[in-house]
Amino acid sequence: MSPKTLYDKIWDAHVVHEADDGTCLLYIDRHLVHEVTSPQAFEGLRMAGRSVRAPEKTIAVPDHNVPTTAGRDTHIDNEESRIQVQALDRNARDFGINYYPVSDIRQGIVHIVGPEQGWTLPGMTVVCGDSHTATHGAFGALAHGIGTSEVEHVLATQTLIQQKSKNMKVEITGKLRPGVTAKDITLSVIGATGTAGGTGHVIEYCGHAIRDLSMEGRMTVCNMAIEGGARAGLIAPDEKTFAYCMGRPHAPKGAQWEAALAWWKTLYSDEGAHFDKVVTLRGEDIAPVVTWGTSPEDVLPITGVVPDPESFTGGKVDAARRSLDYMGLVPGQKLSEIRIDTVFIGSCTNGRIEDLRAAAAILNGKKIAVKRAMVVPGSGLVRAQAEEEGLAQIFIDAGFEWRLAGCSMCLAMNPDQLSPGERCAATSNRNFEGRQGRGGRTHLLSPAMAAAAAVTGRLTDVREMM
Amino acid sequence: MTPFTTLTGIAAPMPLVNIDTDMIIPKQFLKTIKRSGLGRNLFDEMRYTPDGAEIPEFVLNQPAYRTAEILVAGDNFGCGSSREHAPWALLDFGIRCVISTSFADIFYNNCFKNGILPIVLPAGQVEALMEDARKGANARITVDLATQTVTASDGRSFSFEVDPFRKHCLLNGLDDIGLSLEKAASIDAYEKRAAVQRPWV
Repeated sequence: MSPKTLYDKIWDAHVVHEADDGTCLLYIDRHLVHEVTSPQAFEGLRMAGRSVRAPEKTIAVPDHNVPTTAGRDTHIDNEESRIQVQALDRNARDFGINYYPVSDIRQGIVHIVGPEQGWTLPGMTVVCGDSHTATHGAFGALAHGIGTSEVEHVLATQTLIQQKSKNMKVEITGKLRPGVTAKDITLSVIGATGTAGGTGHVIEYCGHAIRDLSMEGRMTVCNMAIEGGARAGLIAPDEKTFAYCMGRPHAPKGAQWEAALAWWKTLYSDEGAHFDKVVTLRGEDIAPVVTWGTSPEDVLPITGVVPDPESFTGGKVDAARRSLDYMGLVPGQKLSEIRIDTVFIGSCTNGRIEDLRAAAAILNGKKIAVKRAMVVPGSGLVRAQAEEEGLAQIFIDAGFEWRLAGCSMCLAMNPDQLSPGERCAATSNRNFEGRQGRGGRTHLLSPAMAAAAAVTGRLTDVREMM
Repeated sequence: MTPFTTLTGIAAPMPLVNIDTDMIIPKQFLKTIKRSGLGRNLFDEMRYTPDGAEIPEFVLNQPAYRTAEILVAGDNFGCGSSREHAPWALLDFGIRCVISTSFADIFYNNCFKNGILPIVLPAGQVEALMEDARKGANARITVDLATQTVTASDGRSFSFEVDPFRKHCLLNGLDDIGLSLEKAASIDAYEKRAAVQRPWV
């Protein structure tokens, strides 16, 4: 038998039907649902008189729209947001799917809740009407975002019509230097390959530096596979993965656990498996990075300067010019001299407990020097754990707002938004124009770097504070 | 879904690279629970000032392009989120075809579910069509899905690739769910098999 990649193995285990032209019907093990991309899908089911084929494999949680301030479980001010959340409440009830409402402590960002509750397990296919579904690839699950038509398709059939993607390997060799995190890895990869570098591919991240990462860090890396153009990122499961999954509410127990474990241990790319594209970075070469523009590929080490648009080629020259104009920056300006108004720590990229620990370690005892700083834990359980560990108090003492769980200012659908011109150091995943609020200026970075910026009031090399 | 067969229409040039889904339809318009009505807010923040006035320089506000049905766009069009509101907004505005050197995967896929044809062509051909589009309303581009060709106003014709299954669905306006439900027996059989092999799922 010819050697297979991890992607090939998971794919093969889920093919329901293959047509002559290679179009496959792929079985979906877990379908995660949130309030923004699902109402039209449920409406479609109702209009066609269809039911949800596998409600026990469908998990819903409101996250995009929900306010992160107290009182939200009884009332949401914004009428449209309220209607969307109420629609999800009703759809979850009517179709009998698993549901974590706003009032439930387990509520949070869908990509944090899935792994936390043990819904996400190695070797599964996981989809959600959200591009950051790639996050779940950290478990060696084939996970990607889908559109609303596909949400409806999965609800009705528990399958997805798919063409197989190509295999891409991203290897991070060696060890990371102090102050360098999973976020710096994933941003550096996008910087090296561009936002279309992974288009048409599923990325498998491997190498010593990836193995060294915790599950939280691996989720951060896979989360931004989509920003590199790949629909999915994967990391082969190992003892860390199994340890994370064990004992989670929806993870298998007893004999089933043993059976699962035996299969999970076969989930790796075989020696000699073919990859269509290979990218290798040395872990030692990766520095703490920040973005300067309005595309995640606009990334540089914090020690760098704002680039000259003329240094690019093709359409990127105009795009960079437009970015600098939007961002209010000039070529040659030192990145470490860029003043920051706001700091946002949270999102499905960096809203997990380890992220809050990393930020709190930098903050410990210091005060913020920015106008506004907020922490939005990724789930109610992350929030509770951070409170128990004393992290919440560190944030509050430093001057941070300590919020309730949700997507919040990552995409600013709820009231947490930037004003025009407001400059934000954000641990989220997209620095697109208007992403965090019309006219808002976003610099992406790691939680530790965000905390450092909060303390100095400018983009800062976290290594100076360690 | 409305079938897509042939289309002859005005093409609007949007040479900017990496036009993302937040640009196509900003998040404040994702709060709808309907699919329709998003065309007014297509490219909202590029198209209108904060107080709602049209920005005259924006291509779709120019008289020649107000009824454009085709976009000729820079590399990596539709990158970013999975929001199907992006193709819904394009469709509601009247855009049925987008031509670029590359598309983000999820956006590309979402187009086919809504009767929009995304066409990938090499950089030189996209540039030729971009030039053609810049001529304004007199330059109409013709797209023929059956023969897989795009013809510029000067008669130059380029062929493009499209997956046969997607082409079939688009030409006939077929509903994916209906097609997949015809394979219910295969899905049942798979579930029975999986229940033995991976009972923990």
